[in-house]
This record gives sequence, structure tokens and C-alpha cells, in this order.
Amino acid sequence: MEKTEIVRSRTVVMPGTDIDTDQIVPARFLTTTTRKGLGKALFADWRYDKDGKPKADFILNTPAAAGCKVLVAGNNFGCGSSREHAPWALIDFGIQAVISTGIADIFRSNSLKNGLVPVIVDQATHTWLLANPGVEVTIDVASCELRLPDGRSVAFPLDGFSKYCLLNGVDQLGYLLHQSDAITRFENERAWKP
Amino acid sequence: MSGRSLFQKVWDDHIVVPESADTPAVLYIDLHLTHEVTTPEAFNVLRSRGLPIRRPDLTIATLDHSTPTVPITSLKDLDVVSEPAAAAQIRTMIENCEKNGIRMYGYDSDSRGIVHVIGPELGATQPGKTIVCGDSHTSTHGAFGAIGFGIGTTEVGHVLATQCLLQRRPKTLAINVEGKLPRGVTAKDVILAIIGKIGVGGGTGSVIEYRGTTIRGLDMEQRMTICNMSIEAGARAGMIAPDDATIQYLNGRPLAPKGADWDAAVARWRALPSDADARFDREVSIDVSQLTPMVTFGTNPGMVVPVTDAVPVSDDASFRKALAYMKVEAGKPMLGMPVDVVFVGSCTNSRMSDLHDAASILRGRKVAKSVRMLVVPGSVQVQRQAEAEGLDKVFREAGAEWREAGCSMCLGMNGDIALPGQLCVSTSNRNFEGRQGIGARSVLASPLTAAASAIAGTIADPRPLLPN
Ligand code: SF4
Repeated sequence: MEKTEIVRSRTVVMPGTDIDTDQIVPARFLTTTTRKGLGKALFADWRYDKDGKPKADFILNTPAAAGCKVLVAGNNFGCGSSREHAPWALIDFGIQAVISTGIADIFRSNSLKNGLVPVIVDQATHTWLLANPGVEVTIDVASCELRLPDGRSVAFPLDGFSKYCLLNGVDQLGYLLHQSDAITRFENERAWKP
Repeated sequence: MSGRSLFQKVWDDHIVVPESADTPAVLYIDLHLTHEVTTPEAFNVLRSRGLPIRRPDLTIATLDHSTPTVPITSLKDLDVVSEPAAAAQIRTMIENCEKNGIRMYGYDSDSRGIVHVIGPELGATQPGKTIVCGDSHTSTHGAFGAIGFGIGTTEVGHVLATQCLLQRRPKTLAINVEGKLPRGVTAKDVILAIIGKIGVGGGTGSVIEYRGTTIRGLDMEQRMTICNMSIEAGARAGMIAPDDATIQYLNGRPLAPKGADWDAAVARWRALPSDADARFDREVSIDVSQLTPMVTFGTNPGMVVPVTDAVPVSDDASFRKALAYMKVEAGKPMLGMPVDVVFVGSCTNSRMSDLHDAASILRGRKVAKSVRMLVVPGSVQVQRQAEAEGLDKVFREAGAEWREAGCSMCLGMNGDIALPGQLCVSTSNRNFEGRQGIGARSVLASPLTAAASAIAGTIADPRPLLPN
């Protein structure tokens, strides 16, 4: 996992609520056995017509979206299937942070494990971001702040451990492996065995 | 100090290292269920880091998602019927399990099936366990009083390497369900009504405990249907306290404890239900005594109405987009909408009681000519039992296709799909855009409603067709 300290970018806005992971990566792309190259499957059914040509009116196909690293999405983004292919595809496409009023639990957890920053903001900030697509924002992981172009700064929640992992590009497996003695003790001492 | 909830008891029993302000808890996992789609990359990561599987004995594997539901007897057949990528994925899974000593219930096993159907069927799912799977419907296993939740592929790797996960304690949400279910109204209608009430994000960050007299009166299969769809309300997991029904269901199953171990396990399970003074972060109540069969009209499971109702009206942009995709009109009745495909199956509704329900409507009747109907058992065990009872004949004689066990048309990745624009009444759990095939329109319903709609060729109320 890469280190993520600051994400600075224009925003691309998808205002729809409850955008599920079946939209982010449709199931027929899940027959892959690696995480690589999923960017082309991102939002495939919204992005391409039935002949596989990009739809000019889909937001991610517009010139304004080119190079954007921050996605502002409607409430409850990433609901549904647990497929980690969803954050893999977003990252492969170039997205580094998602801002919403609500992000589904499993998607949020998967995102943090891949360096995609989930940014939960209040309703007023969200409404402003939806109304002002393309503004340049800065997401500062160390201070858990989203900075808007008018100078406002909005705090977002991120637990200390997730922050540490993002800032240092550390994956959690290393931490878990360090707990090996405690795990062995737990296995030996528990009252019943599965 | 107030008493502990069912969730709290199971959670406390699995803490290897407690949670602190800086670090999540290290939670021990008793049972890891795996399938072909969300594991290959996890094995890749372990291989590249030279890490062994810590407890291969606590992981079981099956083939369900990308596996075809037409008969195949060997891997050679797979190359004929499946897309090359799907066949490769299945081969990879089989190889990964062989190399790592993981029990695989594959094509040569009479216990293969949808991962959430076979866990309980084998007796691997038990009260008080922590159960995870790279699949969001792992919430199904909560029906037994286990904590079951879906994880991503990175976490699949964590469990393989350490048998543990890093977790923050979720909130608790009690859903009290009271009232006697009217005839023709099933567990599926109850959970759809609950999701309609609390919304698709209503359970975010929470573990639900379903309680109340209605829940106590449900059999284990119906309880699984309820817990299965907890994730559709955004919840981490859904649980139901174990009781006599739970214990009776598990008794004698292949992987259930035996002899003195069984007695000890039962004593432990009896102590799991929430204490009378347990507190929940939130409580919701629902009376189901007047409930009707429910159907979805939109593109998420929270967009749901009684089958006899009209499509609701709203100005919300996402709502209007969903209606446009579904080609349904606000204010128009759901009854009578033409149906192209009917799917009875998936981890929500593919067990014996679901097939009995569908058969009770189909027996002696014909599926409408304009409708393609698929009935797909959740496991080889269910398939065998249904065939022994002659249900396959009932389905075939009615004009439905009777298939091999698997996820089938629940998600469009194994060859079973609805075509663009087709309306599919489905007993599965997700009516997301394109879930059942590009451009396919899904209407979620119970097996009774699905079967009645197959006969009518339009969305139909099953109650007039119920046998006496
Ligand atoms: S039946 Fe559907 S929801 Fe259930 S495990 Fe299979 S794909 Fe997932």
C-alpha cells in the first residue's frame, strides 16, 4: 500500500444516493483472479454503451473529470456486495478519496486497506460540494481535515489506527502478524474449541 | 451494570486483544467460509509474502458464484459450459485449497452449494461462533446466534494468515417483530418490510438483533432469510438468539459437536440469549399482523411496497432515476406488470421450505408462456431432497427449469442472466441495476409471490392461489 498524506485535486461529483458496488464493478468482471487492471471495469454499465463505446454524457467520461482524484458521491456510497474489486477499480482509475455523508461499512473498511480515503462530511458541506463540482479540495489525512477553496476547513472522522496505516503506507496484516503470541495464547486458553 | 446482549456475549468471547483508543480489537474467527470469487487475490498475497495458512482446519471452501447451474460432472465439462475466466477462477480455487489443506466441497462432493446454505447444512454454523466470508450475505449465519459478517479480500488474507481480524465494536440495534404472520406472508416479506422501514443505510455501523414473538415462531430456514438480508439495511450483521429450534436443527449434522461435546455446547448455547436487562444502542419495533406480500419497485431493496399497492411518488432525483431504470410509473399499481423471468433461488430463498412454498403454488398449474422460470436449489443436499420428494417434477411439469445448485441468476456472472430490459421477479436479495444481467430489471419477492407471478405472467398476489 502506498503512503497517503495529502490528496489535492478537483472533485468529480456523482450525486446519486445508495450507489452500490454492483454499479462500481458489475459482477461479470469479478471472474478475474488478480486486482490489476480493474479501472476499465469501473462503472462499466453507466460508462459504456452496449457496443462498449464510452457514453459522452456520463460524468467520468467528460473532460472535466479527467485527472480528478476526489469523488464526491451521494449518501450510502458503496453499499451492497463486499467485493474489494470496488475500491481496486476506483484506485486503478485514479480516485484516491471518496467524500459523502455516508459510506457503507464494508466498502469503507476495504477502502482503508487499499489507501482510498473515506471522507464523511456533514450535510451542509456535502450540499455545497454537490452544488460546486470541480472545485479544488485538499484532504489532509494527518489532521483529518478537508479544506475547501474558500478557506473553510471541515474535520472528518478517522480512527488513529487507520490514520497511521494510511500515513505510513502500512497494511494491517503486519500488525496482526505481530500479535501471533497473543493469538496462540488465546487458542490454548479458550474455554471451548471451534 | 446492565446485562449483556447476545452480540456482546459472542463478541467478548472472541477478544484476543481488546480495543483501545488507538487500535481496533483483535477478534478471533472460528469459521472462515470461502468461495472462488473473493479469495484468489488473498492467496496471491500470502504466497508472495511466504506466509502459511494458520488454521486450514477452520476454513471451508465451496464453488457457487461463478459455477454454472447446468449439470457438469468434471472440470473438463467446465471448459465447455463456462467462460474461460470463470473456469480459470474455479480451477484456481480448487488448486489453492489442495495446496493449503483446506476442505473443499467441490464438484465431487454432495455437500457443495451456496456458501451460506452449506455452512448451516453441514452444522459448521453454530451459536456463539464468529463466522466470516468474503461475501456480504455472511449475515445469514446470525440466524443461529453467531456473529457472521462479510469481509473484503484483504481481510480474507488476514484470516488465512492469522485467523483474526482487526475490528471496532459495532453498535447494536434491536428490531422487535411482533404479531402473527397472516397466511401467504413469509419471512421474506418481513425482512423486506423492515428494510423498507429503516432504509438501506438504516443499519450502517450496527449489528441487528431480531427479537420478538414473530421471530421466535420462525423455523431456522425462515430465520436465515431474515438475517441474510441484514446487509441490505446496511448492517454489519444480523442475529437471532438460539433456542430449541436452533438446537434441534443442528443435532446430528456432520460438523456439529458429538457426544459429551454436544452436551457442553448446548449448555453454552443456552446461555447466549440477551439478558433481560441488556441495552441496545437503538430499538425499532414492527407489527407484522397486518403485513401483506411485499415487492420491490426500484433499484435497491428499501424501495419496497405491498404487492397490492401502487408505486410511490417522490421528487428525489435518485428515486426518479430508479423508476426510469425500472420502467415503472409513480402512482401505477404493481399488480399486473408484465413479467419476463422468474427466479427462485439464492442464499435468501433456496432451501427446502422455499421450494415447498413455490411448489405449493405451481402444483397442477402452468407457468405463463411468456415467462422463463428458473428454480435453483441452494445446495446439492437441497437438490437431492427436493428430487426425493418429487418437487423437481412439479417444477418441470409447470414449465420451469430445474437446475443444479449455485448462485445462478442472483448475480450475472455464471451464465444465468436476465436479458436487457427483461423484468425478473426474483427471490434473491438485490435489485440493483444490472445485478441479474446488463439492463435487467429485478423485482424482489418471496417464493410464493414469485411462483404466483410466473403463473399469471404479471406481478401477482399469491394469496388467492394458496392451497387449502
Ligand atoms: S446467492 Fe447471491 S447473494 Fe447469495 S452468496 Fe450467491 S451471489 Fe451472493
